[in-house]
Amino acid sequence: MSTMVATKPPSLPARVVTRSIGKKFLMALTGVISFGFILGHMAGNLLIFVGPDAINEYGQKLVDLGPALWVIRAALLISFVAHIWLGIQLNAENSAARPINYRKKAYAKASWVSRTMIWSGLVVLAFVAYHLAHFTFHAIDPAYAGMYDAQGRKDIYTMLLTGFANPIVSVFYIIAVGLLAGHLSHGVASMFQSLGLTTLRMRTLFDRAALLFAVIVFLGFGSIPVAVLTGLVK
Amino acid sequence: MSITVEPRTAPRSTPGTGVPDDKIPSGPLEQRWEKHKGQMKLVAPANRRRYSLIVVGSGLAGASAAASLAEMGYGVRCFCYQDSARRAHSIAAQGGINAAKNYQNDGDSVYRLFYDTIKGGDFRSREANVYRLAEVSTAIIDQCVAQGVPFAREYGGHLSNRSFGGAQVSRTFYARGQTGQQLLLGAYSALARQIGLGNVDMHPRTEMLDLVVVDGHAKGIITRDLVTGKVERWAGDAVILATGGYGNTFYLSTNAKGCNVTAAYRAYKRGALFANPCFTQIHPTCIPVSGDYQSKLTLMSESLRNDGRIWVPKKHGDTRPAHQIPEDERDYYLERKYPSFGNLAPRDIASRSAKEVCDEGRGVGPGGLGVYLDFADSINRLGEKTIADRYGNLFQMYERITGEDPYRQPMRIFPAVHYTMGGLWVDYNLMSNIPGLHVLGEANFSDHGANRLGASALMQGLADGYFVIPYTIGDYLAREGKSEVTTDHDAFREVESQTTERVDKLLSVNGRRSVDDFHRELGKVMWDYCGMGRTREGLTKALERIPELRDDFWNDVRVLGANEEYNTSLEKAGRVADFLEFGELMCRDALEREESCGGHFREEYQTEEGEAMRNDKDFTHVAAWRFQGDGIIPTREVEQLHFEFVELATRSYK
Amino acid sequence: MHLTLHVWRQKNGDDSGGFVTYDAPDVSEHMSFLEMLDVVNEQLITDGIDPIAFDHDCREGICGTCSMVINGSPHGPERATTTCQLHMRHFKDGDEIWIEPWRAKAFPVIKDLVVDRSSFDRVVQAGGFVSVNTGGAPDANALPIPKAAADEAMDAAACIGCGACVAACKNASAMLFVAAKVSHLASLPQGQVEREQRVWRMVVQMDEEKFGACTNQFECEAACPKEISVSHIAKMNREFGRSVRRVG
Repeated sequence: MSTMVATKPPSLPARVVTRSIGKKFLMALTGVISFGFILGHMAGNLLIFVGPDAINEYGQKLVDLGPALWVIRAALLISFVAHIWLGIQLNAENSAARPINYRKKAYAKASWVSRTMIWSGLVVLAFVAYHLAHFTFHAIDPAYAGMYDAQGRKDIYTMLLTGFANPIVSVFYIIAVGLLAGHLSHGVASMFQSLGLTTLRMRTLFDRAALLFAVIVFLGFGSIPVAVLTGLVK
Repeated sequence: MSITVEPRTAPRSTPGTGVPDDKIPSGPLEQRWEKHKGQMKLVAPANRRRYSLIVVGSGLAGASAAASLAEMGYGVRCFCYQDSARRAHSIAAQGGINAAKNYQNDGDSVYRLFYDTIKGGDFRSREANVYRLAEVSTAIIDQCVAQGVPFAREYGGHLSNRSFGGAQVSRTFYARGQTGQQLLLGAYSALARQIGLGNVDMHPRTEMLDLVVVDGHAKGIITRDLVTGKVERWAGDAVILATGGYGNTFYLSTNAKGCNVTAAYRAYKRGALFANPCFTQIHPTCIPVSGDYQSKLTLMSESLRNDGRIWVPKKHGDTRPAHQIPEDERDYYLERKYPSFGNLAPRDIASRSAKEVCDEGRGVGPGGLGVYLDFADSINRLGEKTIADRYGNLFQMYERITGEDPYRQPMRIFPAVHYTMGGLWVDYNLMSNIPGLHVLGEANFSDHGANRLGASALMQGLADGYFVIPYTIGDYLAREGKSEVTTDHDAFREVESQTTERVDKLLSVNGRRSVDDFHRELGKVMWDYCGMGRTREGLTKALERIPELRDDFWNDVRVLGANEEYNTSLEKAGRVADFLEFGELMCRDALEREESCGGHFREEYQTEEGEAMRNDKDFTHVAAWRFQGDGIIPTREVEQLHFEFVELATRSYK
Repeated sequence: MHLTLHVWRQKNGDDSGGFVTYDAPDVSEHMSFLEMLDVVNEQLITDGIDPIAFDHDCREGICGTCSMVINGSPHGPERATTTCQLHMRHFKDGDEIWIEPWRAKAFPVIKDLVVDRSSFDRVVQAGGFVSVNTGGAPDANALPIPKAAADEAMDAAACIGCGACVAACKNASAMLFVAAKVSHLASLPQGQVEREQRVWRMVVQMDEEKFGACTNQFECEAACPKEISVSHIAKMNREFGRSVRRVG
């Protein structure tokens, strides 16, 4: 039997990070940051449909940010790591709260994606690692390191064409983006709920908005390898 | 009812030494409580923590008392058999709570609530107690609102009221159909606060099995931990029983399955007087029994009778479905017998009439124990939508339980035991004849006479707990001083060993029949002979049958398992063993009250039209029974009721 | 109808427990689920077998005592229904029924299907009240409360504390239970004074009791016999947000 807890509250940051709801706040906030990045990244990538110049120019602008880019990258990294770390921690705590599972469990409304957030998250993490190695660190194909266009900008356009020309890479990419979209469909709706923005009236709207975002993300990212493979973009 | 034995007379009880002083103050009715409060002795705030109080039960009365006393500074121990204090059976009350607030400006007053309650109780309760109840009723509502009880409100933000049976004003406060739940959660939250603060030591899943009396004073209790089986002694400066009613003597009732008489009955066996045990309330609109496996009866709000017409077929044994029975072959018996009140005749009359037609073999549904409550006319007249607006949730509940759609076919209803007005005898201070033993709520007998009005049970439980016992217990404690008795006292050892012996005995019988089997049989005897209509012959027969059944029980009951574990059969066995003794007391009381009043209808005492006939000359009194030993007829003590402020009137609903 | 029951039997908290299969050969469709178990128990007693222990009391859906997971759903498959109000007509001849206790670290098994829910009581003891002593309350109508606020409070206060929300949640989270109390009192003027303290203390106690966190799947809402909305959880999250800034 647990005893009654002491009532003296710790410092504000400690009040947040030590409590289940505080952790959910942080999950939601770090999720929002990651989500913002995903939307920005997608918008940038979609420039491929405008043409080589547009997307390479976008890449150059990011490079030109200089130290600011590193600040943004650091912020993203921290929030990404925090999101993952908290996710794993919460998942472990949540599993510990149910030491024995039901022999038979009927789900009334929990969607498949909502029940597999930890797994979709971890697969997406693996994908991001591969993705960074592929396009940022050029570890998969060192040839990328030498890809510059006529204006001396990084030739993102060619990188994408080369990368997605490999059907295996494209299929893996599409699957990963699908999982990401599923993750977001639950994650974005959860963000509203966890931050206490959901009300009885707004609930359906938020749920639909989350689903819409997920579909946009899936179609947005997924369209690129499809376009490359089908020869729509050459 | 068919009685095959020759009429005979059961041995009569003898009067004993009488009841102690009721401590009712003199003077004008409306000044008595104020005056009494001013004259009672007090315990100073700093001294209160030296006193340790035992509260048994955590319903409205128990939780409100435990919380209030702890707030005052007393050390409180509270016990309940449920797994949490929040689950006591007060939670099931649906309708509401009365209070003389007169918020509706419709002429209500403390006096009017007092008078309605006295009259509703058929003039078998004490004027001063009932007046005090009406007087403190207003403070209860204030207290509950302050706790955050979400009573229904009007658009202007003020509290809403509804009217209820037996009253011509709207004085009932309610929280949807869950008033009892919300009031209990209010009291529970106050109790929880005191537990959190360390002022109340709460013991859920713990049952009181006996009372310890030392030198004539209640000094403690013996309990059994229902999880581990551990039998324990608890000493205190006073013991407060708030253990509810004994409706489950009938096996089937609207009470929760765990409700029992054990605590009160054990106190009776230790010398406490048990008053008016035969006064039970039978509610007319319950869902009928569907089979032998039936474990409990479900009440449906009486409001259904506003738009439903009650009928049975005219022909005996008519098994046609309701819609095939033509209009002229139906007997709308309430409308026929009581043309002016019709289907809205009071609870006891409606219940009794249903029993009569079923006894004649005209009942409907399985076993012929049911009558129709038909909404077809109202649906034709008002439309299905109006009926759904008024009773939608009740219709839904009915369909959930019976699988029948009351919009398409008439409901079947039957009366069921609902509340017990009798209880341990208490004086004006809510103290029993055993000094130190206080009794609150349904467990005492004090306020409802022979019949309780709707929405008054919640009022009484909270009045006793919040606004009476906190004042009156101080008087006892201040006079008595700090108790020196500890659990090492011989009396504790002796009672504990008796308790353990009894548990061992239950486990050692190892017979063939289950506890429930005995309980069902007792319930049938009680229902047949001590239910809605009682006769000398029937009661005499019951008084013969119950001891036989009790003998069978102690020779043939099967209780599996051991004491040192969570053992529901053992729990039930102890309770049923007490019901098997207590049922006899109920029958004896019913036999010797030779009149019909309120919920007690003796078929010998009725007018030519079949109405209850009170005998004010001989029975304007409380019958309080004193235990004399196992197998010995208890003595019947009499407390004369004095009506100084109201005139005794006859009820008529023709 | 004839049913096959697979019932979780566990002698006590130290026992590891397991499923035992029982035959229920003669079940009437009019029985409640608990009455069906009563009949099975009567037979077990006749056979000299320890009857199945399960919690129950009022048997009319309001006390919140009954608690069992039936075929994977707390209180069984019917919406807005407690086990005691679940009737056998919702099952059919030949059905196999799996019956398990609430499963949560914070609800240790006492015996068979009976669990210890005192963790709920301790959460309320930590702050689920208005600190008002008996006596001296102002007139009940002195402070008008908008009907909408009173109704919202009542929606939340309808919670019967059965724990089905915890049983349904894959994380055994008590958020819906705690939120119902937080939301009830935060909706009313009487609850304002201790608003921040209350949610903080209750959430701390909830965590200490080792309930899981919310992953917003809303199984709790689907299982709740009183259909309490998860919008109250969002409201509790809001209240918690207020409290972490102001409490202390």
